[in-house]
Amino acid sequence: MIFESLLQILLLAGLIISAYLAIRYKDLLACAVALGVFSFLLSLEFYILQAPDVAIAEAGIGAGLTTAIFILAIKGTSRWEVEE
Amino acid sequence: MMSKIVRTQANFLYPLIMIFGFYIVAHGHLTPGGGFQGGAVIATGVALIAVAYSYKNVKTWIKKTRLTATEAIGLLTFIITALLGISRSFFYNWLANTGLLFGQPVPYGINPGYLNTAGTLPIMNFAVGIEVLGGLGVIIMYYLHYIKEVSKNAV
Repeated sequence: MIFESLLQILLLAGLIISAYLAIRYKDLLACAVALGVFSFLLSLEFYILQAPDVAIAEAGIGAGLTTAIFILAIKGTSRWEVEE
Repeated sequence: MMSKIVRTQANFLYPLIMIFGFYIVAHGHLTPGGGFQGGAVIATGVALIAVAYSYKNVKTWIKKTRLTATEAIGLLTFIITALLGISRSFFYNWLANTGLLFGQPVPYGINPGYLNTAGTLPIMNFAVGIEVLGGLGVIIMYYLHYIKEVSKNAV
């Protein structure tokens, strides 16, 4: 029980850190990877909350497909965020 | 076209992702996951290849018409399997406990992992799996089709 609570606290801290990094980075490729880490941690959280079905969908679509689509979009535009 | 490291990793990971996706689809009636999740995992493998290689290569390996045909075949299989039990009702499980394909009788209680059970459910899982694979693959291929590769930033 203690272990599960500790793991949840670690996962939520990791979620907040990865979301903050996705906003702060100027390198958009690093932002896409940070969002992939966010989705992966979110799928682990779903698994701990006993929804393995949702966890598989989140890992497949959130961490896999969305990251690939972001990387394809970066391929077609610019890699660095431009200051207005 | 990405660097050689990314291409080597993609070549290594592609069969593993494919096997895991088809495992999720085939065990859809026993374990968590099913047609949609397995199809999404398989489409992730297609997306990995599409990211790692240039469009000129990917276009020759993965044809958009074949992906559309895959999607249509999945939907048709799903509807025909549902319609075959129309003498009792729509979506009637006409294969369960018959001894034919996927027709092994299930023992009482929790299923101990016999794949050859559940009647029409595995067939519908496979149909949904290849339908989702076709749909998401078509989305990725059309996305890639309209991206002009910018050569000046070496992503």
